[in-house]
Amino acid sequence: MNLIGENISYKPDNEYHLNNISFNFKKGNLYTILGRTLSGKTTLLKTIAGLINPNSGSMHFEDKNFSEIPVWERNVAMVYQQFINYPHMNVYENIVFPLKQRKVSDEQIKKDVNEALNTVGLVGFENRKIQELSGGQQQRVALARSLAKKAKILLLDEPLVNLDYKLREQLREEFKRIFSEGFSQETILIYSTTDPQEVMELNGEVIVLDEGKILQNGPAKEIFENPLNLKVAEISNDPPMNILKGSKVSTKINLDNISIGLPSHLNNLADEAYNFGIRASEVKLDENGEEFEIELAEISGSETLLHLKKGNTKIIALIEEVMNFKIHEKIKINFNNNKFYAFDLNGNLVSSPYGAING
Amino acid sequence: MNKFYTILKYSFITLWTVFIVAPFLWAVSTSFKDFQSVNSKVTYIPWLDFEPTLEGWKVLIKSPARGGVDIVEPYFNSIFVTCTASLISIVLGTLAAYALSRFTFKAGFVRNNDITFFFISQRIMPPIVLSIPFFIFLSTIGLLDSLVGLVVVYIVLLMPIAVWIMVDFFNRVPKELDETALIDGCNPYQAFYKVVLPNSIPGLIVAGMFCIIFGWIDFFFAFILTFTEVQLLPVKVVALNSSITPWWSLSASALVSVAPLIIVAFVVERYLSKGNLSGALK
Repeated sequence: MNLIGENISYKPDNEYHLNNISFNFKKGNLYTILGRTLSGKTTLLKTIAGLINPNSGSMHFEDKNFSEIPVWERNVAMVYQQFINYPHMNVYENIVFPLKQRKVSDEQIKKDVNEALNTVGLVGFENRKIQELSGGQQQRVALARSLAKKAKILLLDEPLVNLDYKLREQLREEFKRIFSEGFSQETILIYSTTDPQEVMELNGEVIVLDEGKILQNGPAKEIFENPLNLKVAEISNDPPMNILKGSKVSTKINLDNISIGLPSHLNNLADEAYNFGIRASEVKLDENGEEFEIELAEISGSETLLHLKKGNTKIIALIEEVMNFKIHEKIKINFNNNKFYAFDLNGNLVSSPYGAING
Repeated sequence: MNKFYTILKYSFITLWTVFIVAPFLWAVSTSFKDFQSVNSKVTYIPWLDFEPTLEGWKVLIKSPARGGVDIVEPYFNSIFVTCTASLISIVLGTLAAYALSRFTFKAGFVRNNDITFFFISQRIMPPIVLSIPFFIFLSTIGLLDSLVGLVVVYIVLLMPIAVWIMVDFFNRVPKELDETALIDGCNPYQAFYKVVLPNSIPGLIVAGMFCIIFGWIDFFFAFILTFTEVQLLPVKVVALNSSITPWWSLSASALVSVAPLIIVAFVVERYLSKGNLSGALK
């Protein structure tokens, strides 16, 4: 009864857009696909919807061969990152359209549409023209159209990316609410995004996609705590995790020109060269720390991002308050040693602060 | 300073309007003149400068036997040929344009753009080059000097315009709109006529207007491909010329010929500003 994809590859020209992708999506679950732009997220969603025919691989849903069913009979719903609605219809007609296509009874239509309008908070907007709505409202209409359909597979392709900061925050909160309460156990929800924070907040099963390949999948917490390799660490952190080349020498970690005491979870490492990773939020201001020069300081929201440099070592620090720094100012920082990751030189995770993974 | 610009702006607009409208007024005035009023001295205003007469207009509907030219039949011929050819061109052209915009065609080195260019290339050649092939073609299938033959030729002339305008239009309608329609349960044909077509009305109107204009004003092919059985308006208007140029009936026929285009323009203008794609699509 699951949506099962096996070895799906799509290669329209010289490059793989999807490279040997397999998945098993269970009903009643939320799946988030995390990847940078052009990593194949949209292609994967369109493949599931049936808009793209992969070159190889198979897909099954409810014991049916999905690849033999055309798009318009698949009963999926999709929300695009662009706000796609039918411009020649008003809000109500937009939401009704898929239901009418499926010949749902008038009574049922009324009920479903009202429910969807309620869920997205657009009651009273039924007769508005799409052109008269703001971006956020347009995206709500698109979402309402998808919800009213009661599709068995709901695909959301970066639904928040074209909204401004405030609306994004607001709609993200609502998504969490809608996903947690309003979802039938019959629906598979697949949500793609480039934003690691969205992934953590939605807290579903995560699939990390890069260059058409699945790098890692698992619960959001697992991806956050144990990124399998440097690529995942990079994609699943914003700002990206600091990666510092260095080596372990008995009880010390020697980075380029800094020496750090060995945290206990790295005790079992062999004495050799590693890539050490530390999140920007684990770099703290500290009077007794190492002196770095500020290359750039940016304030975002209630946080300050510092781009720091010492010799050849460049790191990013995330300070959780708004502070004014001058460029080229010297400040002292320290690392939260207990939060160091160790990756081998091939980029694979060797040890993590949340419990070691070997190999 | 602002006031100065406003004055400048309006004087320019006034000047331009006079430039455009004056010939019409001149034609209207001339159409009510007789030989005397045209040839003796410069006259402008009826009743004051000259005695208005309906002679120029009457000639247009009198049969040749009674000394008229009778443009009524050519007039309706022209309307029939232009409308039929435009309609067929728009229908075929829109379907072709949608296919060219949405599907990928490959045949050897030929791609979508090449096919689009192939359509337009029909209009690159001077008409005289096409006239002989058309003549031979129509005479072979026995459609020379017939309405149907003219419709066929005009479709060849007008469809490239429709394809060209509609390809450009469809390319600006996001593909995601069709995809959403498919996902919402439309098969590809339903997606086209339930979603894409209703949103393409501005494009259809522009394409239709160009087709009607180019069809209506064509003199060359109407002249080459018809003799006695069928005549179109532009040919008939030119035929008004005889040893004495009848300025009055020429003016009247000119006004009658532009009238349909003016009506079309007024009707269409309202829809052009109404159908608006912006906002709903990124």
